[in-house]
Amino acid sequence: MSGKPILRVQEVSKAFGGIIALNKVSFDVHEGEILGIIGPNGSGKTTIVNCITGFIKKSSGSVEFRGKDITNKPPHKIADMGITRTFQIMRPYYSLPAYKNLVIPLFSPRAKRTGGWRGGGRLGDRNTVGIDILEEIGFERDSYVPYKTASTLPTGYLKRLEVARCLALRPEVIICDEIFSGLSMSEIASMVPLIERLQLDGITLIMIEHRLRELFRVSNRVMVLNFGEKLIEGNPQEVMADPKVREAYFGSQTVEEVMTHA
Amino acid sequence: MDKGQRRKERIDRGIKVRTEGIYALSSLRELSYLSVPRLVLIIGLLALPLVMPSIYWQRVITITCIYALLALSFDFLAHFVGLVCLGGAFFVGTGGYLAAIANTTFGLPPWMTVPLAAVVGGSLCTVLLLPCLPLRGVYFAIVSLMYPLLLARVIEALDILGGTDGIMGIDSFANRWAEQYFLIGALLLLMFGVRRLVNTDLGLVLRGIKDNDQAIRASGMSVTFYKSIAVFIASVIGCLSGASLVHIYMWSGISQFALDFSILPIAATVIGGGGTLVGPVLGCLLLVPISELLRDFGTLRIVFYALIMVAFIIFRSEGIMVYGQRKYHQFERWTEV
Ligand SMILES: Nc1ncnc2c1ncn2[C@@H]1O[C@H](COP(=O)(O)OP(=O)(O)OP(=O)(O)O)[C@@H](O)[C@H]1O
Ligand SMILES: [Mg+2]
Repeated sequence: MSGKPILRVQEVSKAFGGIIALNKVSFDVHEGEILGIIGPNGSGKTTIVNCITGFIKKSSGSVEFRGKDITNKPPHKIADMGITRTFQIMRPYYSLPAYKNLVIPLFSPRAKRTGGWRGGGRLGDRNTVGIDILEEIGFERDSYVPYKTASTLPTGYLKRLEVARCLALRPEVIICDEIFSGLSMSEIASMVPLIERLQLDGITLIMIEHRLRELFRVSNRVMVLNFGEKLIEGNPQEVMADPKVREAYFGSQTVEEVMTHA
Repeated sequence: MDKGQRRKERIDRGIKVRTEGIYALSSLRELSYLSVPRLVLIIGLLALPLVMPSIYWQRVITITCIYALLALSFDFLAHFVGLVCLGGAFFVGTGGYLAAIANTTFGLPPWMTVPLAAVVGGSLCTVLLLPCLPLRGVYFAIVSLMYPLLLARVIEALDILGGTDGIMGIDSFANRWAEQYFLIGALLLLMFGVRRLVNTDLGLVLRGIKDNDQAIRASGMSVTFYKSIAVFIASVIGCLSGASLVHIYMWSGISQFALDFSILPIAATVIGGGGTLVGPVLGCLLLVPISELLRDFGTLRIVFYALIMVAFIIFRSEGIMVYGQRKYHQFERWTEV
C-alpha cells in the first residue's frame, strides 16, 4: 500500500459539552485497503465516522478526500463524492420492502451518474438493480426475502441491507460501523468473504468492530482508539502484541480470552 | 374463552392477493374488486351537484372541496414526508390574495388567476417556509402557523391590499356548474395525482425522509431539497384552493388567514384516516356539511365538533378509510394463542 492516501484525517477533535470524544486523531487510509478500527465502548469510534462523513461538526481538525478538503461539507455532499457509511444503529426504511430500500439510494444524483453498483455508467430499472445488489450482498434472489418489509427482517439481513445501501451509490469508500455486532459466528463467517470481495472490486473499507477475530482477519491495518485518542496503528500482529493495547483494550484478560469471548 | 388467550387474526382475502399480481385483469370479478371503490368515489363526487342542486348545497359542496384539497395537502406532508404542516390558512390566504390581485388589478379571468395564484403562491410559500426545513421537530408546524397570523396583522396594520375591508369586486366563475365541476375535477385529479406520486421513486424518497432522514443524507441526497419539493406540491394545492375561494366569495379578506383552514383539515384527516389520501377527503365530506348544519348553534357547534373528534380519536383512531380498507381487503377471525 503506497501512494497518496485516499482519505487523510488530521488532528480531528470533538467535544460534546465537557466530554472529549475525540482528541486530535490523525490517520491516513490508503486506496484499496481495509483499515480496522477497534477500541473499547465509548472510545469515539462512531464519533470519528460521524466526523469524516459530516454527520456531526468537528470541533477542530480537517479531513481530506483525494487531496480535496471535505472538512465542512454537509453529509449528502460527502456521500455524493463516494464516501459512504453504515449506521451502528441500523437505519433501514422500515416500512418499505428490502429492495425498495435500495430504490431510494439509486434515485440519488451519484447513482444516476455512476449507474449504481456494477451499472457501468448506465442505470437500469431501479427495482431490478436493487434486487441485483441484494443478491450480491447475500439475499437469495428467488426467495421472498428481498420482497419482505424491512421491519420484519432479522438482524443479519438488516446489516447486509446497510452495506447494500452504500453499494447502490457505487462508492469509493465504505465505512462500516460494527456490521458484525449482534451476528452469530456463522453469519459473520458468511459475511467475511463478501467484505473481501468488495476489496477486490477496488473499494476502500474502514471496518469498525468489537469482534477482534474477524476484524484482524480481514484488515490490512488496524488502528486502536482509547478514550478518544489514537493509541497505535499498524498491522494486526504488531497491534496485538503491543503492551499498551493489551493494557487498554483487553484489561486484565489475555488475548486468548478476548478472542474466544468476542 | 378468556380474552387474554385469544387474539384476532387478520388474513388478506384471496382476491386482494390475486389482484396485486399480474392476474388483476383476468376476470370481471377481480377487475371490479379493484375498480368499484374508485368508481364509487369518482361517480359519487361527480354526481353531488346534480343530486343536491339547491343554492345552499351548492355552496356547501364547493367549500367541502376546498377543505378537501387542504386536507389532501396536509395528509401528503404529514404521512408521506413527515412534516406536520399547520399552514392551511397560510396557503389559502396567499393563494386568495394573489388571485384577487391578478383579477382586480390585471383583469385576468378566473381560469387564469387560479393556476397562476397556485404556482406563484406555491413558490412564495415554499420560499418563506424554506428556513425551517432543515430543522427537525415542531419548528415547521409552528412557523407554518405563524405566517398567516403575521400576514393578517400586517395587512391590517399597514392598511394595504384593502386593509380590513379586503379586496372586493372579484369576478366569480362563469357559472355555478363551472365553479362546482372545476373544484370537483381539481380535487379528483390532485387526489389521484398525489397518490400516483407517492408511489413513484421520487415518492419513495419522500417517504424515506419520513422513515429516516439520516439514511437519505447518507445516500447522497439533500433532505432539505426534497422536503422543499414536497412543500411546494402541498402549497400549490393549498394556494389553488385559496384562489378558488376568493372567486366563489367574490371577495378576499383577512378572514382567509383564519385558523379554520389549518385546523379543520387536520380534524378531517383524523376522522378519515391519515396516510390514505382518500380518507381526509372523506373526512371533509362528513365534517364540512356537519359544521354547516350546526351553524345555527353558533359557537356551540365547536362543542359538537370537539365531541366528534374526541369520539373518533378514542373509538376509531385509525380513521374511516383505514378501517374500511381493512374490512375490504381482509377477513378476521379469533384464534387461540
Ligand atoms: N451526541 C452525543 N452527545 C453527547 N455525547 C456523545 C454523543 N455521541 C457520543 N457521545 C459520547 O462520546 C463518547 C464516544 O462515543 P462513540 O459513540 O463515538 O463511542 P464508540 O466507540 O462508538 O462506542 P461503542 O463501542 O459503544 O459504539 C462517549 O463517551 C459518548 O458518551
Ligand atoms: Mg459506536
